[in-house]
Amino acid sequence: MEMNTPTSPKTSMHAAAIAHVEPILRMQALDKVYPNGTRALAGLHLDVAPGEFVSLLGPSGCGKSTALRIAAGLSAQTAGRIVRPGEDEAEGTSPRPGDIAFVFQDPNLMPWATVFDNVLLPFTLAGVHRREAQPQVAAILDTVGLGKFQNAYPRELSGGMKMRVSIARALVTRPRLLLMDEPFAALDEITRNKLSQDLLELWKETNSTVIFVTHSVFESVYLSSRIVVMAARPGRIIGEIAIDRPYPRSGDFRLSDEYSACCRQVSALLGRAMES
Amino acid sequence: MSENSTTVGNMNPAAVPVSAMPRPLMAISAARVGEHVRTVALPVLTGVAFLLAWEVLVRALGISRFVLPPPSMIIASLVDHFSTLMQALVYTASITIAAFVCALVSGITLGVLLTQNRNVERMFWPYAVALQVTPMVAIAPLVIIWVGLDRVWLGLMILAWLVAFFPMLSNTAVGMKSTDRGLSDVFTLYQASRWQRFRRLQLPSALPYILAGARISSGLSVIGGVVAEFVAGSGSSTGLAWIIVESGTMLDVPRMFAALFVLSAFGLSIWYVTASVQTRLLRRWHESELAGES
Repeated sequence: MEMNTPTSPKTSMHAAAIAHVEPILRMQALDKVYPNGTRALAGLHLDVAPGEFVSLLGPSGCGKSTALRIAAGLSAQTAGRIVRPGEDEAEGTSPRPGDIAFVFQDPNLMPWATVFDNVLLPFTLAGVHRREAQPQVAAILDTVGLGKFQNAYPRELSGGMKMRVSIARALVTRPRLLLMDEPFAALDEITRNKLSQDLLELWKETNSTVIFVTHSVFESVYLSSRIVVMAARPGRIIGEIAIDRPYPRSGDFRLSDEYSACCRQVSALLGRAMES
Repeated sequence: MSENSTTVGNMNPAAVPVSAMPRPLMAISAARVGEHVRTVALPVLTGVAFLLAWEVLVRALGISRFVLPPPSMIIASLVDHFSTLMQALVYTASITIAAFVCALVSGITLGVLLTQNRNVERMFWPYAVALQVTPMVAIAPLVIIWVGLDRVWLGLMILAWLVAFFPMLSNTAVGMKSTDRGLSDVFTLYQASRWQRFRRLQLPSALPYILAGARISSGLSVIGGVVAEFVAGSGSSTGLAWIIVESGTMLDVPRMFAALFVLSAFGLSIWYVTASVQTRLLRRWHESELAGES
C-alpha cells in the first residue's frame, strides 16, 4: 500500500526543478579562509532547486555551518560566487529581508519579549505595523501548535517549544529559502522526531526550499530529498545521495528496508568523508 | 476555560489583540497575599524585637545615655527635634536624589556612547576608572572651592553624583556589550538598522545590568551625600550628616541616633524603590527575578 502511493505533485515538481528550473540558490567555487588561516571551505559547488529539501551532512569542522552562514549573508566568502533568491547581478537586486530565513541551533529568542513579539520581530524590523502583521503571526503560531502561548515568555517554555517559536519566526515571512543549522541537536529524541515530522508538513504547506545542516544520518535520510555529504579540512563536497521516497513521509518510512538501505548508503559515504 | 480553548484553538486567540488578552488570574491568589504579608510583617517583627531587647539591656545594665541611649530616649529626641530633622532630611534627600538622577542619566548616556565605538572606549575608559578610584574625600575641597561656598548644595550634589556615577557607567557599558551573538545574527539576517539594533536588542539586553547598577548607585548617592556633608564642614550645610556631626560635638547622643535613624529610613526607602522598579521591569523574563526578592 505504502509503496504504491502515487508520486506526490511535490516530488514530480522537484524532479522537474532539478532538470530545468533555475536554481533558487547557486554557490560556485566558494572559498572561505578565516583570519587565523583556517580554510573552512575549498571550492564548494552547490545548486539548490526550488522545493528541494537538501541536507548538508558531514563531520564537525567540515564547513557545513560556514556554507549555511554564507548562504544567509551572515558571513562573507573569501572567494567564489553566490546567487541568492531574489538576487540578480544584472538588475542589481538583492534578497529582501524575510526571503531567506535561518533557524539556529539555539532558538535565539529575545527573553524580554513574549512569544508573539518574538515571532513578530521580522515584521517589526521591516517597519510593518503590529496590527497588520497580527493575523500572520497568530496563524503561524497556530500552525506550530503554540496558539495558546502567544503571551508566554521564552523562559516559561520547554526546549522543544522554544524551537517551535524559532521556526515560527523563520516561517512567518514566508521565506523562499529556509536555512537550518542543526536546529534539533539540543533536543531529546522524542521531541526531535516530532519536530522533524512537523517540519516536513510545514515545508510542504509553505512550499519553501530547505537546506538543513545536521550530523545525524538518520535525521537527514528521513527528512531530505537530497543529501550532500561534506568532508573536512578543507570543507568540500564528496558526494550526493538522492532520497527518492515520496512525501508525505511518516513513521513507517523509518521502519522500511528502503530507509535502512539509504542510511547504510549515506553512512558509507560519510565514512569516506571521515577518512579523507 | 483553558480546557475549552484547546478544542477551538484557532478561533479565539487569533482574533483578540495580544495586549487586550487577560493575564492568568493566579496573581491575586490567597497564597500570594499571604506571601506579601510575610514579606512586610517578618522584618517588622525582627525590628521590634531588636528595639525591645536594646531597651531592656540598656536599662538592666545601666548604660550611660552618652554612650548608648535606649530607643525610648531616641524616639523622644526624634519627636522633640522633628521639624529640624525633617528640614535636614529634605536637604539631604534633595542632594541624594538629584545626584542619583544625574548619575543615572549621565551614566547611561555615557555608557551607551562609549560602547558605540571601540576606539572611543579606549580613549576615555581609563579616565572613567581614574575618576572612580580617586577618593571623593580628596577632591571634595576642590569641588567646593570651584562651585563656590555660597552654593554648597550644588557642590555637595556634584560630589555625591561623582560617587554614584561609576556603577551606572560601567554597568551600562558591560550591559551594552553583553548582547547575545545568536540574537545579533537574527537582527543581521533581517537587516535591522543601527537604531533598531540599539533600541530592540542592545538596550533590552543591557537593562538588567543597568538596573543592577542603579541599585548600587542609589546606595552610593546616599553615602556620597553624607560624606560630602561631613567634608564640607561646619556651618555650610544643614543636612542630616551635619546634625550627626553637630550632635556628636554637643554630646547629644540621642539626637545623633535620631538623625541616624532618619538617614537609615531614607536610605532604605530609596533601596526599596529601586528594587521594586527592578522587579517590575524584569519580573516576567529575567532569571534574577525568578526567586523573588534578593
